[in-house]
Amino acid sequence: MERHFQRDLERLKANVIKMGSLVEQNLIDAMEAVLKNDAALASKVIAADGNVNKYEIEIDNGVVDLLALQQPVASDLRLILAIQKINNDLERIGDHAVNIAESAFRLVETPQDEPLLEIPNMSLIAKDMFQQALDAFIHLNAQLAQSVLESDDRIDALNRGMNAQVVKMIKKDPKSIEGGLELLRISRNLERVADLTTNIAEEVIFHTQARIVKHHSEEEKPRHK
Amino acid sequence: MYSHSYTTMKTTEIRLKTEGLNIYYGQKHAIKNVNLEVFTNRVTALIGPSGCGKSTYLRAFNRMNDLIENTRVDGQVLLDGVNIYDRQVDVVELRKKIGMIFQKSNPFPKSIFENVAYGPRINGMNDKKKLEEIVQRSLKQAALWDEVKDDLGKSGLSLSGGQQQRLCIARALAVDPEILLMDEPASALDPIATAKIEELVYELKNSYTIVIVTHNMQQAARVSDYTAFFYMGELIEFDETKKIFTVPAKKQTEDYITGRFG
Repeated sequence: MERHFQRDLERLKANVIKMGSLVEQNLIDAMEAVLKNDAALASKVIAADGNVNKYEIEIDNGVVDLLALQQPVASDLRLILAIQKINNDLERIGDHAVNIAESAFRLVETPQDEPLLEIPNMSLIAKDMFQQALDAFIHLNAQLAQSVLESDDRIDALNRGMNAQVVKMIKKDPKSIEGGLELLRISRNLERVADLTTNIAEEVIFHTQARIVKHHSEEEKPRHK
Repeated sequence: MYSHSYTTMKTTEIRLKTEGLNIYYGQKHAIKNVNLEVFTNRVTALIGPSGCGKSTYLRAFNRMNDLIENTRVDGQVLLDGVNIYDRQVDVVELRKKIGMIFQKSNPFPKSIFENVAYGPRINGMNDKKKLEEIVQRSLKQAALWDEVKDDLGKSGLSLSGGQQQRLCIARALAVDPEILLMDEPASALDPIATAKIEELVYELKNSYTIVIVTHNMQQAARVSDYTAFFYMGELIEFDETKKIFTVPAKKQTEDYITGRFG
């Protein structure tokens, strides 16, 4: 006889996946808005964030109910704890998508000729990382989650490179200062998206393998070994 | 006297209700002025420490306390608006409508089939085919059919503890009750058998209104929609189970469910 708890837990997980899909679309749309100077798409991202927030509250309530009423243990407990953190990460990523959409607005309003530098590249990597992290959660694939962790360094390096490139651009053409600062904001937001996506991947590894990999903690002190 | 605001409750139809209910065993005032409503097709759990009156209160719903000497009942117990303590009420008919499952499973020393067929038989059902249908339906509802269908002639007493309890549930269901009262139905069972009973309770609420007494708070949390917390004969708090186990309104409730009591 299947426990109704298992059905409730599956429903909670399904809500996280729905929220993740919504955040993924917002992220893609926000970047499209930047790359194609599309203000309408930027507006769509900002409007859709309310739905992400609704999911966050619904999932929060679901987590509290299952913890309080069902006394989950072992992998069930780890899944619920992971969901609680992933829920928070997804909501934050949704906020970064909104920040990027707002930058897209400003770039449309003050058109300038500066190139987007590493932004298209960073956007592709961040999107791939996010999709992989969500897939890893859906299929409980720790190996895929591990590959997400390894991609984060690439985004960090590109973000650091952006600083130097924007400074060079502004020195060359002081009028590009506004656009340059906007590019730095977008770069910083993408870097944060990648960090939060890394957190999601770490939670998948925690749930599936009961390993804590954040802050390189396994290198210092293996848990229960 | 406790009253609640219904601020968070999603009420359905009220099936059972007590108004100003007091129960005395001789000089002992066991239930003190309790007002409570039991909703249709929902599970209501009664929790509280030993001696708080929860089982006494449960037994008031089908007048089981009438069988205990020196018991006096004041106030009203309303089933669909009718006071079950009125003189006109036929107690046998009442108990057909309101079945009871006890802590210790108590199958008759008869076959599995005869245990379930017993109630319909004493109510005058003799059609063999219909009795077979009732036995099969009841055993299926009690999630026991698959385990016993090949040997219905076997003694009910030969089953495991968990199976015996489900047999007693099937026996209660065979007379087509509308309400089930359960007095710690899983307290003598191991965790696997307990989980089966809990799932059964959760499924049965689709067809029945259930009131369950349990000393296991986690069980109340897992299976019920509403929870009533009793202490020293008083109803301290009654609300949706989700609310009771996350943000109870009364400190006494909080102290009890968090294990800080006393």
